[in-house]
Amino acid sequence: METLVTFFEKSLAMKSVLIDALMETLTMSLVSTFLATVIGFVLAIILITTDKNGIAPNAYTYKFLDVTINMLRSFPFIILIIVLFPVTKFLVGKHTGTFAMIVPLTIGTAPFIARMIEGAFKEVDSSVVEAAKSFGTSKFQIIFRVLLPEAFPSIISAITLSLIIIVGFSAMAGTVGGGGLGAVAMNYGYYRFDGIYIFWTVFILIVLVQIFQSIGDFLYKIIKH
Amino acid sequence: MIDIKHLSKYFNDQKVLDDISLHVNAGEIFAIVGHSGAGKSTLLRCINGLESYSEGNLSVLGEEVKTLTESALSTLRSQIGMIFQNFSLLNQKNVYDNIALPMKVWGYEKEAIQKKVDELLNLIGLEHKKFTYPKELSGGQKQRVAIARALTLNPKILLSDEATSALDPNTTKSILELLQEINAKLGVTIIIVTHEMDVVKKVASRAVLLEEGKIIGLGRIEELFLKPDEKMMRFLGEDEELPSEGTNIRLFFPSTVSYQPIVTQMARELNLNFNIVWGKLEKLNNHVVGSLVINVDAQAANAVTQYLQTKTEVIWEIL
Repeated sequence: METLVTFFEKSLAMKSVLIDALMETLTMSLVSTFLATVIGFVLAIILITTDKNGIAPNAYTYKFLDVTINMLRSFPFIILIIVLFPVTKFLVGKHTGTFAMIVPLTIGTAPFIARMIEGAFKEVDSSVVEAAKSFGTSKFQIIFRVLLPEAFPSIISAITLSLIIIVGFSAMAGTVGGGGLGAVAMNYGYYRFDGIYIFWTVFILIVLVQIFQSIGDFLYKIIKH
Repeated sequence: MIDIKHLSKYFNDQKVLDDISLHVNAGEIFAIVGHSGAGKSTLLRCINGLESYSEGNLSVLGEEVKTLTESALSTLRSQIGMIFQNFSLLNQKNVYDNIALPMKVWGYEKEAIQKKVDELLNLIGLEHKKFTYPKELSGGQKQRVAIARALTLNPKILLSDEATSALDPNTTKSILELLQEINAKLGVTIIIVTHEMDVVKKVASRAVLLEEGKIIGLGRIEELFLKPDEKMMRFLGEDEELPSEGTNIRLFFPSTVSYQPIVTQMARELNLNFNIVWGKLEKLNNHVVGSLVINVDAQAANAVTQYLQTKTEVIWEIL
C-alpha cells in the first residue's frame, strides 16, 4: 500500500516533465513525418516514372536514386544522427535539441517513405494505366489522376507506419542530444536509475503508437473503396 | 479506316507479328481471332500505339501511327476507345467518375461532362449505379462502365481486347448485344480481339485469323467458317470423317437458300438416293448458313453436280 502511494506521489511530481517531453516528441515526430513524406513522395514519383516499366523509363536516374536510397537506409539510425551533426548544425544552428533532431529524422526516414510510396504506386494495376493511355492521358495526368488516387489508401498506411517508426527513432534521438520522451527516459530513468520514469515514458509511447495506428486504420477504412 | 501493310513486330529476336496486311472498313465489326500467344492483342495495341511495330505501315484514320509525335498520338487515341478483359476501372473512383475520366483528362466543362455521362449511363442501362464503386458491381456491369468510358470522347473506333473472356455466357451475350447496338446506332467501327469462336460468329462481319503471328485466314466470316481450308479446319479443331467409297460432294448453303428444301427436291427430281455423311448449321451474324456433305455413287456424281449447277444457288465442291 505504502509503495503504491509513493508511486502516485512520485508520478504526480513528474507530470510537467513528462508533458513537456511528450510535446517535444510530438513536435519532432509530426514535423519530421510531414517533411519526410513530402521528400519521399517526390522521390517515389521520380522512381516510379523512371522505372524500366514506368511511363518515362530512365535507367541512370533510377539507378542513382535507387543506390542513394539504399545507402541512406543502411545506416543504423543513431550513427546517422552523429554523421549528420555538421549538416544539422548548418541548417538549424546547433546539433542538439528538439528542432535539431528534425534534420536527421527527416533525412533518415524520407528514403524509407519513398520506398513505401513507390510500393503503393507499383501495386496499381498496370492495365488501369494502359486504359488511361488508351484515351490519350498525358504522363503527368497519369500520375495525378490515375496512380495517385488509386494508390492513396496504401500511401496513408505507409505514412501511418512511418510516423510510428519516427516516434521510435525520436526516442532514440533523445539519447544523443535530442529532447522528448527518449531524453527523459535516458536522463532520469537510466542515469538516475529511476524506474518510474522509464515506466511512464514507455507507457506514454505505447499509448501514442496505439493512437496513431488507430487513426491511420480509421482513415484507411473510410477512403478505401 | 484502318490500313495495315506488311506489318511485322519483333520482341527481342522473336517475330510476334509476321507480314500482316489487312484493311478494316468504316462501320464494320471486325474480329481478330487466334489462340493465346498468336499476337492478336499485340496487333490490336499497334492500332492505338500502345505497342510499336518494327516494319511495315499502319495507318489509322489517315495517320501513320509510327510517325506520330506524343501529342499527335494522344489526339489520335482520343478518337479510339478501348476496353479490356479485366475492365481496367479505377477502384477508388465511382461509376460516374470512371466514365467522366477521359473528359476530365481532356479538360471538358463540367456541364458537358455531366450531360455526356448521363447519356452514356442511359445507354448502358446503369443509371441507378451512378455513385457505386466498382467493387460492388458484377463483371458484366463493370464491362458496361468500361464501354461507357471508352465512348465518352465520341470515338470513331472501339478496340475490344478479350472484353468478354472473363464473363459467363449470358453476360457475354448481353455485352455483345450492347456492342452491336453501339455499332448500329453510333456508327462506331469495332475491332474485337477474341479466342472465342462464338463471339466472332455472333457479331463480326469479317475476321482475320492469326497463328504464330501470321495470317491464316482473312475474309467474311461466312466464308471463313463454312468453307474452311485445311489450316482453318485445324485451327477450329474440326475434322470430318468421310466415307472413302463413292464421291463426296460438299454443298454450301448461303443465308439466302438455307431455308429451301434443296436436298430432298434434288433426290426426288433425279430419282436418286444418297447418304448425308457430314453437315453443320451455323448462326452467323443472325443469319443461318450451313454446309452438308453428301455421298453418292461415282456414276451419279455427274448428274448431281449438273443439277446443283443449273437449278440451285448452292455452292458446291467435290472432295
